[in-house]
Amino acid sequence: MDDTAGPAWQRRLMVGLLLAPALLWLFALIVLPHVDLALLSLRERTAPREYVTSLAQYRTFFGEPLYWHIFVRTAVMSLISTLLTLLIAFPIAWTIAKLARGRLGTLLFIVCLIPFWVSETVRTLGWMILLRESGVLPGILVHLGITAVPVELLYHDATILVGLVYTSLLFMVVPLVSSLESLDNSLIEAAYDLGGNGLSILRQIVIPHALPGITAGCIVVFMLTLGNYLTPTLLGGTSSQWFTEQIYTQFITRFNWEQGAAFGFLLLALSTSMVWVGLKLSGQRFSDVMRRT
Amino acid sequence: MNATTATPDLKVSSAVKRFGDHLAVDELSFSVARGSFFSILGPSGCGKTTLLRMIAGFIQPDAGDILIGGRSMRGVAPNRRPVNMVFQQLALFPMMSVGENVAFGLARRGVGRAERTGKAAEMLERVGLGGAARKKVDELSGGQRQRVAIARSLVLEPTLLLLDEPLGALDLKLREHMKIELKQLQAAFGTTFVYITHDQSEALVLSDHVGVMNHGRFEQLGTPQQLYYEPATPFVAGFVGANNRITGRARALNGSVVEVATADGWVIHARASTPVSVGSAVEAFVRPEAATLGRTAAELPAGQPSHAGEVESLLFDGANSAVLLRESATRFEFRIALPQTGRYADLKVGERILFSFDPDRAVCFPAGVSHG
Repeated sequence: MDDTAGPAWQRRLMVGLLLAPALLWLFALIVLPHVDLALLSLRERTAPREYVTSLAQYRTFFGEPLYWHIFVRTAVMSLISTLLTLLIAFPIAWTIAKLARGRLGTLLFIVCLIPFWVSETVRTLGWMILLRESGVLPGILVHLGITAVPVELLYHDATILVGLVYTSLLFMVVPLVSSLESLDNSLIEAAYDLGGNGLSILRQIVIPHALPGITAGCIVVFMLTLGNYLTPTLLGGTSSQWFTEQIYTQFITRFNWEQGAAFGFLLLALSTSMVWVGLKLSGQRFSDVMRRT
Repeated sequence: MNATTATPDLKVSSAVKRFGDHLAVDELSFSVARGSFFSILGPSGCGKTTLLRMIAGFIQPDAGDILIGGRSMRGVAPNRRPVNMVFQQLALFPMMSVGENVAFGLARRGVGRAERTGKAAEMLERVGLGGAARKKVDELSGGQRQRVAIARSLVLEPTLLLLDEPLGALDLKLREHMKIELKQLQAAFGTTFVYITHDQSEALVLSDHVGVMNHGRFEQLGTPQQLYYEPATPFVAGFVGANNRITGRARALNGSVVEVATADGWVIHARASTPVSVGSAVEAFVRPEAATLGRTAAELPAGQPSHAGEVESLLFDGANSAVLLRESATRFEFRIALPQTGRYADLKVGERILFSFDPDRAVCFPAGVSHG
């Protein structure tokens, strides 16, 4: 008598049906366009409406120093922005998870969330109002006598970083708070009791415990930053040189979809390899980390 | 050096701690002799955890002082005190191996890697966990973790080891086993242990001295025997060991023996531990093993006032078996330990039986009195 056979296939059918919308979504919006993009990126136009399969698009990328430069710059800036976000988010997350009790913790969390009630465009325009030459902050600087004439605070790398960190903060705070909340306070007390000080406890107890959360936050923030278009474009202006802008230019301005698709794949390769390196460096497994986000 | 003349390892003088309106520790003073096992026994919320955390340095007393090894601990941070603590949930570091856990404190003191690894291994050997250094914390059983937590503290050779109900999380069988092991460890290392618990059996079995704590004060401080046989307050009599509590009024005094009458009119005799006046409300306590059962008056010890009752229920628990009686006239509930000889094993529920107890082995206090 095998009464498990019936329910087993029924269960599998059930799971399949429940997953169907998600799988369909994944297939239609992620897999299909990517397959198409991959095919696009691997062809070259030889004459109007005539295409051959080639690696020409990738060759263009490697042969043109400007593309290279922007590619590396985007990666480095995203890394710096991720690290800055981590450094700023950690004390905030610690305060929410360990120091603030009850309603204060919730309140702090809401304060981190409030900027996201406004669209990213409006938020970034807000930064522009604050930072442009005739804006609020340069005006205050002149008023206080720190600068003689209003200075242009927009269109610097630092401005781009400020904008990116501001946009990413919540995505770092959330996984950090959840991983710090699960840290038993008595572990910290025990380490203190055994002669540890703030720094050694942070290094040996807190960070190892929070590592999955830290890694999760960094991965999410890095990916968001790398693929961000609006913030670098608006705050960095023409000098932003962000790789997503290059993709946009290829697709929209130059109508060179083949080149744009190749760039898209290069960006995907970049983020994938950075995530992989990050996981290797922190000794984390992808599945553990994703459970934290 | 004589233990009584040597500087006590711990001296608490008039320590006070207040949380808002709540007085958690109320002008408490006591000292613990070097190498002894001292327990603080009390119900939850009595202030014992606050007291322990003040000794460890996690809480500062509002007034008074704490001296460890003769040195005032005022303003000394927990990581600078010659005190280590075994936490209730043990608080072993899950991100480290067993050996790294034990070596953690040594590393913080700047002991070199080779030396601390050696010392940690040696300490693990001493607590019976030789060769476990490379294991992960979650590979150990509850009892083994307990020993790692103790080894992690003792490797630092503290003047004082504080233990915060470390057996609370273990199941009964292991708890009984660990009780013995703790006592043996303390004897082997000779370190002064300060142990807090709400379990009177742990305190009695383990300690040289016990402070029974209630509402931030010590009701009584003494050896386990003193607490059991000569409780100083009704609280101690009720909290330490099983006891029959009989409330009533003092009807007459005969030397130190008080004649107590309950509201329903049952009359018993008990020794006054503190003076009581005739007509005042009193509480008397009779240990279940102080009373003798008898089917006839001749079976009862001569000269003791005898009482009659019906068996309400039989509480079989091996050597701790007891019978619950109702006094015939007043239906007052009274518990009597069954003799270990197996006599009266044939008692039936509802059976009428006689019992008596020596008034000297029953204590009587003025009602509602407790002192620190």
